[in-house]
Amino acid sequence: MGKTLLNVEDLVVAFSMYRGDSLKKENLEVIHSLSLDVKEGEILAVVGSSGSGKSILASAVLDLLPKNAVVSGKITYDGKPLSMKTTPDLYGKEISFIPQSVDYLDPLMKVGKQVQGVKGSKARQEELFEKYRLGKDTEKKYPFQLSGGMARRVLISGAVMGNPKLIIADEPTPGLDLELAMETLKHFRTLADQGTGILMITHDIDLALNVADRIAVFYAGTIVEIASTQDFLSGRDALRHPYTKALYDALPQNGFKPIPGAQPYAGSLPSGCLFADRCPYRDDACAGAQPEREVRGGKVRCAHAT
Amino acid sequence: MQLEAKNISFRYDKKSPWVLKDVSLSIQEGERVGIVAPSGFGKTTLARILAGYEKPSEGQVLIDGKELPSKGFCPVQLIYQHPELSVNPRWRMEKTLNECFTPDEALLAKMGIEKEWLHRWPSELSGGELQRFCIARILTPKTKILICDEISTMLDVITQAQVWNILLDIAKERNMGMAVITHNKALAEKVCTRTVRLDK
Ligand SMILES: Nc1ncnc2c1ncn2[C@@H]1O[C@H](COP(=O)(O)OP(=O)(O)OP(=O)(O)O)[C@@H](O)[C@H]1O
Ligand SMILES: Nc1ncnc2c1ncn2[C@@H]1O[C@H](COP(=O)(O)OP(=O)(O)OP(=O)(O)O)[C@@H](O)[C@H]1O
Ligand code: SF4
Ligand SMILES: [Mg+2]
Ligand SMILES: [Mg+2]
Repeated sequence: MGKTLLNVEDLVVAFSMYRGDSLKKENLEVIHSLSLDVKEGEILAVVGSSGSGKSILASAVLDLLPKNAVVSGKITYDGKPLSMKTTPDLYGKEISFIPQSVDYLDPLMKVGKQVQGVKGSKARQEELFEKYRLGKDTEKKYPFQLSGGMARRVLISGAVMGNPKLIIADEPTPGLDLELAMETLKHFRTLADQGTGILMITHDIDLALNVADRIAVFYAGTIVEIASTQDFLSGRDALRHPYTKALYDALPQNGFKPIPGAQPYAGSLPSGCLFADRCPYRDDACAGAQPEREVRGGKVRCAHAT
Repeated sequence: MQLEAKNISFRYDKKSPWVLKDVSLSIQEGERVGIVAPSGFGKTTLARILAGYEKPSEGQVLIDGKELPSKGFCPVQLIYQHPELSVNPRWRMEKTLNECFTPDEALLAKMGIEKEWLHRWPSELSGGELQRFCIARILTPKTKILICDEISTMLDVITQAQVWNILLDIAKERNMGMAVITHNKALAEKVCTRTVRLDK
């Protein structure tokens, strides 16, 4: 594996907003001192709780956060600070983005033209549409005339149009049938094997395990565990954090058994372990903030992980 | 209530190809029917026809033998694949949530919906948070048949399992019929009482 492409260090994202009906603004922190990296040739899968900050992380990397976001920390690409101001040329070329929302497509432009963009070629667009089994007539359609899975495939085609070195993919597979989803992931793997770094946010953990190198597990704005894909494949005992194990148990093929409760609200986080109110192993050692520790070659925030 | 789609054919306009050709399907009370087909085969189109958002070019949709009501609350309700496209971006969440009934606090808590979110705009929520609103807002007792179009792909697997358990409890308690569109085989096996394929 190559050098570090994307490096995120101590990222904090908060939103300045009114709480309830009150007239005073306060900062609602949704990402807390988060660090991760993506290397050349690597697929890092980001999984975890709905509302845990995965898309916000993507927006921070792409400098797409709304105006009321308060951001600190360091985001670098190939060692250089990354932002719309300092490195506008990187976006859409070396760095490409597959957004979670299909809303992102321009409703007034035919999708063939959109995918070609300003730099792409017609030939490449046709090649990609064929690869993703979008029929010949698709390029002439407007976004509203596409099915959900077709819109997703158009977004994917747009992102791989050039030769991106870094791809930020926020949920590339929902709405795709198993065969198409696997083909998409295999395409990602091929790109990674040619040197592209990929940060792939996904709820389809079982699919991601086929291609990812490492998996980062998000919960309430922090990374509770980073593990190798092999650990997930070995089963729940190889996983370190109780939340990761709970995710594993809730996969339909592993029993579909959810733990009760929900992720804590960003405005009222506990002072100690963020998972404590749902954790069966909680004791006095869990009362303090949980720093990231190295355990068996992975990273984990849990006092009792072994 | 029983929903019946009889010999449905559909195309978006006279010049375009048929999306659905002679599709028949019935959903009895208490039944949960999985609808499976590859991407682009007309599942969402069929869902929209079943819920009365689109008129079939040929064939008819009957509920207890009668046509769907054109006015008032439709007993067949659809939860759409893309929550971001199914809410009004200019309404705060509170208005969207309470549009057709007021879900009780216990339901909101079970769905992991925070009270603080009610004051927000849709763009200020995550994809999965928004989808939970879209599910909660139509769980009124007036809904007799629920059409679920890929409703859980925006959720982590724990929240997915929670939401499905809530829906199944409600469906069993009210003897509600459901159509479940999903690409996830394991999910279909857990949730559905039978499955039909659109591509034969
Ligand atoms: N503009 C905003 N203002 C205030 N809070 C926001 C805003 N955008 C997002 N949030 C909050 O930040 C948290 C993280 O959101 P994010 O979209 O990153 O979640 P996610 O991990 O991508 O979830 P999902 O899997 O559901 O897409 C959520 O709790 C969300 O409510
Ligand atoms: N508003 C529209 N106008 C014209 N054509 C449309 C429209 N909506 C969908 N189509 C076309 O109808 C076909 C079926 O689309 P539909 O959304 O029903 O598929 P689907 O089975 O739900 O697919 P997916 O699994 O990808 O969501 C597609 O070829 C699509 O391009
Ligand atoms: S620190 Fe304690 S409460 Fe938190 S996950 Fe570990 S065992 Fe559970
Ligand atoms: Mg998201
Ligand atoms: Mg669809």
